[in-house]
Amino acid sequence: MSDVLARVKKMVVEHLDVEEEKVTGNAHFIDDLGADSLDNVELVMAFEEEFDIEIPDDAAEHIQTVGDAVKFISEKVG
Amino acid sequence: MRRRVVVTGLGLVTPVGCGVEAAWQNILAGRSGARKITNFDVSDIACKIAAPVPRKSEFPDRADAFDPDSVMSARDAKRIDDFILYSIAAADQALADANWAPNDLGEEAQYRTGVMLGSGIGGLQTTYEASITLHEKGPRRLSPFVIPAMLINLASGQTSIRHGLKGPNHAVVTACATGAHAIGDAGRLIMHGDADVMVAGGGEAAINRLGIASFVACRAMTTGFNDTPEKASRPYDKDRDGFLMGEGAGAVVLEEYEHAKARGATIYAELCGYGLSGDAFHITSPAPEGEGGYRAMKAALGNSGLKVSDIGYVNAHGTSTPMGDELEIKAVEKLLGDHASNVLMSSTKSATGHLLGAAGAIESIFSILALRDGMAPPTLNLDNPSVETSLDLVPHKAKPFNAKAAMSNSFGFGGTNAAVIFAKVD
Repeated sequence: MSDVLARVKKMVVEHLDVEEEKVTGNAHFIDDLGADSLDNVELVMAFEEEFDIEIPDDAAEHIQTVGDAVKFISEKVG
Repeated sequence: MRRRVVVTGLGLVTPVGCGVEAAWQNILAGRSGARKITNFDVSDIACKIAAPVPRKSEFPDRADAFDPDSVMSARDAKRIDDFILYSIAAADQALADANWAPNDLGEEAQYRTGVMLGSGIGGLQTTYEASITLHEKGPRRLSPFVIPAMLINLASGQTSIRHGLKGPNHAVVTACATGAHAIGDAGRLIMHGDADVMVAGGGEAAINRLGIASFVACRAMTTGFNDTPEKASRPYDKDRDGFLMGEGAGAVVLEEYEHAKARGATIYAELCGYGLSGDAFHITSPAPEGEGGYRAMKAALGNSGLKVSDIGYVNAHGTSTPMGDELEIKAVEKLLGDHASNVLMSSTKSATGHLLGAAGAIESIFSILALRDGMAPPTLNLDNPSVETSLDLVPHKAKPFNAKAAMSNSFGFGGTNAAVIFAKVD
């Protein structure tokens, strides 16, 4: 879990070009981290690649925060 | 009385340098931007040379090298194609040069300022890479930024977002005539009252495996000068064997004359003539006698209010292809008649290579600067002209001239022709 969180944080910092302190578990990609809908799509694709998993579109729609992403990925890679 | 249109800002990203004065001084000094292609595999392609934009990463000591980091973050640059990056950089320069910043001036200035930046091909590298991703990894691996990175009108779109330009937002796609058509059409929008200020020009970035190999396939490119790149682009010379590909962007700020005067803007020249025509002849070959080009020039002269004797310099389309160059000479001679012997005509593609959709924009700027400085840039490598002409083709060295007006020609695949005429403003 903590490993997933660290990797997700690092990717969010890189992809959204934001400061690491802002990337908390509750941080909302669009409302808090300045992402737009295309950024979200790209981020989900990056998670798929990084963790070698598939995130279906309906699941991707519910990944709105850093915590959502960590939870989904952790369950998948479990 | 028609609204007059003047040029109040210039911006250049070219194979001979980034920035208007730097690029212009290199052009006047006869420096070539040609070199061997080293950033992708050309071992199986007949043309192994091009004229790319010199980048800071390759030439850290050159003050005129292009630095993408000075334009936007690496993250943002990754989400657009280079043709858009170059276009934005040229538009930034032109707006700064014009001292026109609608974002700081309020809604009315924003509504009255538009953009017309075009490209001949658009995001070829983006399309090429996306095709490989699709083939190798499947559709789910395609980035959501593929489409906005490669669409041609996104150069205008991105520029409008960056500078808050809420007037007409348009784009031109007429192959190698794009830049000239964009400037001419943007001028018409001002003339007809749709806008008071327009950012206009073109950008291109097609120096990649797909771009070079495909132009080689249609037998348009130079293949005989791979070991001496700087000698490859040689318009009018009898040893020419096709064009050398360049890349970059040119943008001008066009402005309604009274608007420019009222705010004390520096006026480079007036855009006083613009002509368009179609060959209706062949997809890649120009019409016999260059008659399509002739009609575009004649139309431009006709609506310019100038006499033929006012033209002192012509920046030729002159791509260094065996057929096109001579046809253009015939067409220009026909237009100028007895006055031809007083006119200087050169092809700056001898230094920059052919920037395709950006060519008409950078060459309009070179024409404006030639007029400003009374100096015609040279045609490099013109050792032995393949035809006799009364025109002075300005071989090797820049040459002074004194005239009221200059014309720039651009002709594109599909048989599309444009001519723009700029004149000094008293």
